[in-house]
Amino acid sequence: MKERSLRGTVAVAGVGETAYYKRGEAPDAEFKLALKAIKAACENAGISPKELDGFASFSNDRSDPSRLAAALGCSELRFSNMQWGGGGGGGAAAVGNAAAAIATGIADCVVVFRALAQGQFGRFGQGPRRNTIAGDFAHTIPYGLMSPAQMFAMKVVRFMHDHGVAQNALRSISLAAYHHAQSNPRAVMYGRPLDEETYDSSRWIVEPFHLYDCCLENDGAAAMVLVSAERAKDFPHKPCYLLGAVGGSHYRAGASVHNTPQYASSTFPSLAPHLYDMARITAKEVDVLQCYENFTGGVLMSMVEHGFCEPAECNDFFVKERFLAPDGDLPLNTSGGNLAECYMHGLGLIIESVRQIRGDSTSQVENSEVSMTISGPMVTPVSSCIFGGETTL
Amino acid sequence: MTDYYLATGLPQPNPAPDGLDAPYWQGLQDEKILLQSCTDCHKWQWGPEWICHHCHSEQVTFAEVPPQGIIYSYERVWHPVHPALKEQGPYIIVLVEIPAADNVRLVGNLLGDPQQPVVIGSTVLAKFEHHNDSQPPFTLLQWRTG
Repeated sequence: MKERSLRGTVAVAGVGETAYYKRGEAPDAEFKLALKAIKAACENAGISPKELDGFASFSNDRSDPSRLAAALGCSELRFSNMQWGGGGGGGAAAVGNAAAAIATGIADCVVVFRALAQGQFGRFGQGPRRNTIAGDFAHTIPYGLMSPAQMFAMKVVRFMHDHGVAQNALRSISLAAYHHAQSNPRAVMYGRPLDEETYDSSRWIVEPFHLYDCCLENDGAAAMVLVSAERAKDFPHKPCYLLGAVGGSHYRAGASVHNTPQYASSTFPSLAPHLYDMARITAKEVDVLQCYENFTGGVLMSMVEHGFCEPAECNDFFVKERFLAPDGDLPLNTSGGNLAECYMHGLGLIIESVRQIRGDSTSQVENSEVSMTISGPMVTPVSSCIFGGETTL
Repeated sequence: MTDYYLATGLPQPNPAPDGLDAPYWQGLQDEKILLQSCTDCHKWQWGPEWICHHCHSEQVTFAEVPPQGIIYSYERVWHPVHPALKEQGPYIIVLVEIPAADNVRLVGNLLGDPQQPVVIGSTVLAKFEHHNDSQPPFTLLQWRTG
């Protein structure tokens, strides 16, 4: 029987994004942002948007594929896909879903996209404005537990308690992201560097998260066009192949009211091995890593659960210098990521992974052939993926 | 001033429209902690679900547990994300394990000084915080160090 795997079957033809804005400041409607990003990704690929025949997104993106296909004049629609649940945890899974459609002949040219205009539709980081609440949230919101930072801080507190992780480990992640943003003119925090003292003296949002441990909230859109690997060399850029993509969660991760048995987790313990199996890659072979920062603590736990270090080694492993391109041994979030480039629900991180393979990142890692992205830790489902250059096939 | 831990004005809890957690909320008003237990395999589970995740029995019922638990994790919140909490200052949320119910966990606040040190693994006792001036009345389950 043929091996069931996405490895090497799908390639990235083009990537694109709109300008990134502070939340609420986009001059365009959310749907127009989606169209602009998709157009940009197609232009990057050198194809007409009319050639797209599939759309994949995540986190209940509001830009409906049928309307997109109509607006873009696509000749037909063959794949209209939404990763179910998990918010930003669906980013790499959306890539995997699109790739699965291409690999199995369901569609030929699929765009993965995400668009956000919080001025038009409201913010993530605020509690609900209503008089009553029922269901799972009735067991948390009346106790003042309602924002994403508050939903995840208790996982991180317990992980840090169990393994003796110090605050400086979280700080290293934030410093690396801001460092890389200073080289990236697209970054919202371009020209706004961060140092140790500023981090240490910044206010608490919820312990153990300082202000700079928390992602931005932005307006904009991003998109990525995928095609079958046979066509990888038909496009203007260096070929970039998908080696693996997985989405899911561990045993009873969705048990409500903070009752998942393995609580102090980024939700990757059972999933990450599947990624490495499919990609036939080990953590040691990863040249550059983009790891979704909703909050720095999630980055730390994700990296542990993807095997980059042991839990007890975090204080030694999580030092800024290790994470800086080009010389660190594991350059991390080289565009500035969700903390300092833009919070495009993590799709920007996946695009940065592709740039590292192509060789056109603003913080390029030399000879980068294996490029990993981790999406949306601590939610369920989460996802991660690995891209590779031609030598990895 | 009220005796409530948090300022009033947050969304107040209602039983789920499908009735799944209604016995829990009624129990709190009666100063009882009622959590879900399987009549067939005697496993506990929380949050509530329509079947037992262990044996898939539909004979899940609500049974009383002693009003004490152990702090599994916590967080001290500083930045308010709701207008009702603008003047609140820091407050503590605890995740409490219930040893008498297979260590299922409940979310509540830790009463007392919001800047007190919190010790994971320490014992806490339940305090029923009745909001009888609300319409309809409801009760929150709070915790104090034992």
